[in-house]
Parts: sequence; C-alpha cells; structure tokens
Amino acid sequence: MFRAPTELKPEYDAVIIGGGGHGLAAAYYLAKNHGITNVAVLEKGYIGGGGTGRNTAIVRSNYLTPEGVRFYQSSVELFQDLSRELNLNLFYSERGHFTLAHSPASLRTQRWRAEVNKHLGVDSRVVSPEFIKETVPEIDLKVGGHQAPIHGALYHPPGAIARHDAVAWGYARGADQRGVEIHQKTAVTDIEVRDGEVAGVHTDKGFIKTRKVLSAVAGWTTHTTAMVGIRTPLVIHPLQALVTEPLKPWLNSIVVSASLHLYVSQSSRGELVAGASLDPYELISMRSTLDFAEGLGGHMLDLFPCLGDIKVLRQWAGLCDMTPDFSPIMGTTPIKGFYIDAGWGTWGFKATPISGKTMAFTMANNRDDDLITAFNLSRFQEMELVGEKGAASVGH
Amino acid sequence: MKIIDCPVNGPRPLQEFHFGGEVRDMPNPDSVTDEEWSGYVFHRRGEPGLKKEWWYHVPSGTWFIAERDNRSDEFVRTYLYGSENVDD
Repeated sequence: MFRAPTELKPEYDAVIIGGGGHGLAAAYYLAKNHGITNVAVLEKGYIGGGGTGRNTAIVRSNYLTPEGVRFYQSSVELFQDLSRELNLNLFYSERGHFTLAHSPASLRTQRWRAEVNKHLGVDSRVVSPEFIKETVPEIDLKVGGHQAPIHGALYHPPGAIARHDAVAWGYARGADQRGVEIHQKTAVTDIEVRDGEVAGVHTDKGFIKTRKVLSAVAGWTTHTTAMVGIRTPLVIHPLQALVTEPLKPWLNSIVVSASLHLYVSQSSRGELVAGASLDPYELISMRSTLDFAEGLGGHMLDLFPCLGDIKVLRQWAGLCDMTPDFSPIMGTTPIKGFYIDAGWGTWGFKATPISGKTMAFTMANNRDDDLITAFNLSRFQEMELVGEKGAASVGH
Repeated sequence: MKIIDCPVNGPRPLQEFHFGGEVRDMPNPDSVTDEEWSGYVFHRRGEPGLKKEWWYHVPSGTWFIAERDNRSDEFVRTYLYGSENVDD
C-alpha cells in the first residue's frame, strides 16, 4: 500500500515518532494541508501495532466538557467522510451508543452530558429503560440481580465503530502518496536537544537532523519525554480487551456500562468486541491475565445472559498513558520544536483524525491549534484541568 | 494468579491489595514555589524502571512499601514504612 524506504535521509523538515493512527494522520495532514512533505514517520514495530490496533474501535463525541465535546465532535465529522477522503473502506458503521446508568447519581451525570452535548449540537439524549429494552431486546435490565438495575442511559445515535487498522493504513498510504517516508522497524534511541531546541533524532539506523519532532507514541510517551527531560503527569496502565467467536448479527448498538466496567459491540466480522477498565496498577507491559477474562466474562453474562455458551476467541492488552483529568496532552512544549500528542489513555482511537489535523497545524505554525489549546501540557502548572473522567472511561 | 508478599501477612493474592502510587516526598507548602507545587501535585515519574511504591493489604489494613519493576511487574522487595534497612 505504500513504499518501504530502506535508508534514512540525513535531514528532514519534521520527524514523527510513532506510526500509529495519530502519527500517520499528522503526517498526512502536514503534507496535504500545509505542503510539508519532507517528513519521516519512525515506527519501531509495524504501523498500527500499538494502541491503534488494540482499542475497541469506538467513535463518539458525547463527552462532558465543552472543550472535549468540540474536539471529539470535529473528529466524528472527519471520520464520517474519511473512507471517501482516504479512498479506503474503513467499515465505518454508525450503531448508536448507550452509556447505561445503574443509579440516580449516574443518570444525573448522563443528563449533564446530554445537556452539554445538545448545547454544542451533538445528537445525544437520556433515554428510559423501556427504550433500551426495545432497541437491545437481549439485555437484562436487572443485570442478573448482581448489580443495581438499569435506570436509563445516555443515548448517542452517531456512536460508531470502524476498522481501526484500516485507519492507519489509509493515512499511511495518503501520506506516502504525498511524499512522506514511513520507516517501520526503526527505533528512536534518543532525541538531541541543544539550547532548548530540538536538533535531531538518534535512531538504531543512525542520526537524522531535524528541527521539529512530534512524539505520537501514546503508551510509550514516558520513554520520549525522558529523552528530552520534560515532566508530565503520565503513568502507564495496561487496558485489556477480548473478542468472542463470530456470531450472526444480533447486537447493533454499542453498549457501555461504567458500573460493570464493560463496553461491547459486534464487529463487521460478527465477533463481540469487549473491553474493561484499566488494570488497577501502573505497568508498562502488554501481558494478558485470566483475572481480566473471568471478570469481564462474568459482567457480560450479567448484561447478556444469552451469551452463556459463547467462547472467547482471543484476548490482548494495550498500553494507556493516563492523565489525571482524562484529557489528552497536546501541542507545543517548553522545548522548541518538540511537540507532544499524548495522554491518550483509553480515548485515543476516536480522536485519530482530529489529532492528526490539529497537530499538523501546530507543527506547521509553531502554535497550538485553537481546538487543542485547553489540552496543552502547561494546564497542570496553571491548575486548569479539563475533567473528562465522567465521560472518557469506565473505570471509576 | 499473582502473589504479593505482604510484610505482615506473607504471600497473598493480588486481589487483596490496592496500589497506592509511587512514594514521593512532599515539598514544604510554606516555602515551595507554585511551579514546584503543581509539579508535586500532578507530575509523575512514569518512565520505565524500578520504583518504590505504596501498596495496601485491604483485609488487614496494612500500608507498606514495595520495590517493583514497572516493566516486568517483579516485586523485588516489600517492607513496612521506616523499616527499609532492618534485616528480618
């Protein structure tokens, strides 16, 4: 789908560390929107092999803060047209997204989200248990009696799933066609900073000169920030997911329950794709555990008792770079020419197009795109957090 | 199932424990700059390596320190706060 250059050039106008969806999208928009094509994307493994290929592929914009809703809604709008833009079928499929509420307090948070969403033009509303049962007849509203029953849900009709690998491939091909070089199996070993400015990147294939570096490595960000000596709040936790054996289509909606630490949808292949909350302690490892499969399996049965005979096909883990406010860290940094696209925790895939677009603007103009100023690393020093915990994750 | 060696109760399954984060020294709030304070409140040493962390054994209410590698998940040693250098 794209060239595989064997040698690095001695110098690039920009280097992007990380060949996941975000890094490749940034390369694509740098070339397409800003005419910057002398760019290398460096990927230590293969493209889309990190968080891009390990998430549960959900796209939505029903967040809690105005900053978050605007940002993710821009991403949804790009996603809706992305198959045509990249000339590649991304299997983008609008399913409708339910966030179940198991208590009056949870329903209040969903109401809050719905009102913020509606105010900003996002299709989102609170619905009754009867509406949920009508749309998803297989659901047990009493949750097997093991948890509090379902009081209602936040319903977000544009909630969608997509084929996440294809998003990386599409952006890679589009960037490649415009002159960007994608170097797989090329690891960054250090970043050269002189007098507070980026001077180049050391790789396992030699040194390259550049004045602009984007770190788009999500779960590996604490490695790159250590190279340039900047401090962040990021800590890494694994997040585990699984798929079941393929079934005939029966679950059209995406169903999320914070109380059960569960989100599930049915892929175009028929597999049920399900994820849980973060592993409960810091770990930079993609190991899987039986505890996870047991816990998630139990919760899926509480919600969908009809799945009793269904087998788990495979399970895996990805790395999540967590921030204290559950919003990303994006934009310029105290080091001139070092740009960061990180803090993607459990919410990175849906932001792929808009992150690429806004980071490309930020790199081309050396100032943060208006859509991401609230997400700059400096917000922690300014004590201006963007609290998305109530909308970004199921682990609380 | 992962087993953690509680300094009071001996080897117990992971499910009985809570992670309390890295051991960090609080700067003096009366003399610290705003930047140092926000750094203490928010910033973390998230890079790979051996770390000293707070862990809590829930059933017995025991807080203790674990030295753990955050890549291999190996618990190198565990001990009660203040008894780092005591041989037992």
